[in-house]
Amino acid sequence: MLTYLGMRFFSMVPTFLLASVLIFSFMHMMPGDPAGVMLGDSATPQQVQALREAMGFARPIPVQFLRWFTGIVRGDFGESIFFRKPVLQVILERAETSLLIAVLSMALIVVVGIPIGMISAVRYNSVADQTFSGASMLAASMPTFWLGLNLMLLFAVILGWLPSSGFPSVVENGNLANLKYLILPCVTLAAPNSALIIRLTRASMLDVLKEGYVTTARAKGLSEMAVTLKHVFRNSMISVISVIGFTFVGLASGTVITETVFSLPGVGRLVVESVLRRDYPVIQGVILIIAVAYMLVNLLIDCCYSFLDPRIRVS
Amino acid sequence: MRDFLQSLVRRKIALAGAWVLLLIAVLAVFAPLVAPYDPMGLNPIDRLQGPSAKHWFGTDHFGRDIFSRIVYGARMTIISGSGVVLCSILLGVVIGLLSGYFRGFGRIAMRLVDVVMSFPPLLLALALIAILGPGLLNVILAVSATYLTHTARIIFGLTLKIKEEAYVEAIRSIGAQSGRIIVRHLLPNLVSPVIVQATFTFAFSLLQIASLDFLGVGVPPQVPSWGNMVSEGRVYITRAPGVLLFPGIFIVLTVLSFNLVGDVLRDNLDPRFREQLSATRQ
Repeated sequence: MLTYLGMRFFSMVPTFLLASVLIFSFMHMMPGDPAGVMLGDSATPQQVQALREAMGFARPIPVQFLRWFTGIVRGDFGESIFFRKPVLQVILERAETSLLIAVLSMALIVVVGIPIGMISAVRYNSVADQTFSGASMLAASMPTFWLGLNLMLLFAVILGWLPSSGFPSVVENGNLANLKYLILPCVTLAAPNSALIIRLTRASMLDVLKEGYVTTARAKGLSEMAVTLKHVFRNSMISVISVIGFTFVGLASGTVITETVFSLPGVGRLVVESVLRRDYPVIQGVILIIAVAYMLVNLLIDCCYSFLDPRIRVS
Repeated sequence: MRDFLQSLVRRKIALAGAWVLLLIAVLAVFAPLVAPYDPMGLNPIDRLQGPSAKHWFGTDHFGRDIFSRIVYGARMTIISGSGVVLCSILLGVVIGLLSGYFRGFGRIAMRLVDVVMSFPPLLLALALIAILGPGLLNVILAVSATYLTHTARIIFGLTLKIKEEAYVEAIRSIGAQSGRIIVRHLLPNLVSPVIVQATFTFAFSLLQIASLDFLGVGVPPQVPSWGNMVSEGRVYITRAPGVLLFPGIFIVLTVLSFNLVGDVLRDNLDPRFREQLSATRQ
C-alpha cells in the first residue's frame, strides 16, 4: 500500500512540472511586452522599463522560468501588481470563503446526489426515476449565474429568509451564524454538480445490478435491502468516487460564478477581478494552486480506490 | 415493453428539442424580420416595463425591447456556439487521431491534454482571455481550449479501439500508407461519435460563453447576447424580473434541447463507441 502511494505521489511530479511550464508559457504568449501590457497604455517608457527590470523580463526565458519555478517550490508566487503584496498572501486572505463554499457544496452534492441516484436505479423507470432524471437534466442545462440570481430574487428579496450577498468571516469573529450567508451560494453551486452525480450513481448501479453476483445474492435469499446496500452500492461506489474528483474541477469553475453573483470575498472573485485588472501573477498563482489541488484530490481518490478495490493496488 | 415505450417518449421529447433548436436557428437567420423593435433602440420613457402587448417580454433599463434583443441574441448564440464546436472538434479530432495512431506522439500529446484538463474550464478560459484580450474570436478560442481536450481524449480512445480491428490490419498488410489509413479508413468511422460529441460541446460551450458574458469578459457589452442581457439586468431584477427571466429561459431551453438531442443520438450510436462517450460527459 505504501509503495503504491509513494509511486503515485512521484508520478505527480512530471505532471506538476508540465502544468507549471504551461502556465508560465501562457504568460509569455502575450503579444508584445508583458511589462507594457501590465501597466496599460498610460504608462511612461521609464515605468515600463522599471517594471521589466523588477520582474526580470529582460533575461532569457529559461532563466525567467527557473527563477519563477524555484520561487513556487519555496512558496513564493511573486508579487501582485495591483495589491503590491505577495500573491500567496493575497490568495490566502480570500481562501476562507472559497474553501467553505467548496466543502459545504461538496457535502451537499454527496448527500443529495448519491441517495437520489440510488433510488433512481433501484426504482428504475418508475415515476420517481423519471422525475429525478428530468430534474437533473434541467439542472445540468441551467447557467449557474442564472440559477443563483433566481434563488437570490426568491429567497433573499421576495421572501427575505436569507441574506442576498456578502460574507462576514467565520474564522475572524467565530460567529457560526454567518454560515447562513453561504446557504444560497452553496445550493447554487451544488445543483448542476449534483445532477452529474445523480446520473452517474444511477448508471453505475444499473450496471452492477446486471452482474452475476447480484443474482447469486438474491438467489441465496438475501433481502432486497441487503443486496442493494452490501453488494450493489459498494461496488458501484468505485466509479462514483472517480467522478467526485471530476466534480472538483466543476466546483472550482462554479465558485467563480457564485462568488460574483453573491458578491463574496473569495478566490473565484479574485480571479475575475485580476483578469479585468490584468494582474497576471495572481492569475498564474491561482490556476497553479488549483491545478495542484486537483492533482492532490485525484491522489486521494486513487488511495480510496486501492482501499476499496485491492486489485488496483497490484496492477 | 416498458423500455421500448420509454425510449419512444424520449425520442418524442428529443424531437421537441430539435424543433426548439430549429426555431432558434430561424430566429437567428431572420432576426431583422422577426424582431419588432431595434435591439439597440433606446427609449428611456418606457424603461423597465413588464410584459405587455406592445413589448412581449417587457423592456430593459434603457427601454430596449427585451424580445427583440433575445431574437438578435439568438444570432450571437449560434455564431459563438458554432465557433467553439468547429474549433474544438477540428483540433480535437486531429490531435486525438494522431495520438491514437502514432503512439510516441500520443504519449506526449495526451499528457498535455491531461494537464490542460486539470485546469478548471472557466478559469482556463478566463486566463486565456486575460492574455488574448476581449472580443468574440478570443472568447471562442478560450472556450475551445477546454473542449478540444475532451474531444481529443474521446477520439484517442476510439482510434485505439478501431486501429486494432481486422480491416485496418488488412489494409495495412496490402501496403496502405499511414496517411491513407487515417483519412480513408479511420476518419469515416469516427463521424457518428464526433457528431454526438459536437452536440454536447455545443450545449456546454453555450453555458460557458454565457458565464463569461455574465462575468463581463465575454462578447463586448454592447452586443445583445443572452448572457450580456442577464449580466446588465441583474441590478434591476427586483424592479423588472423580466430582464433576468426571459434571456435565462432561452439559454436553458437551448442547452436543454442540445442535451436531449445528444442523449438520443448517443443511444442510437454504434454500441462499440458508447462506452467512451458516456464516460466523458460534461
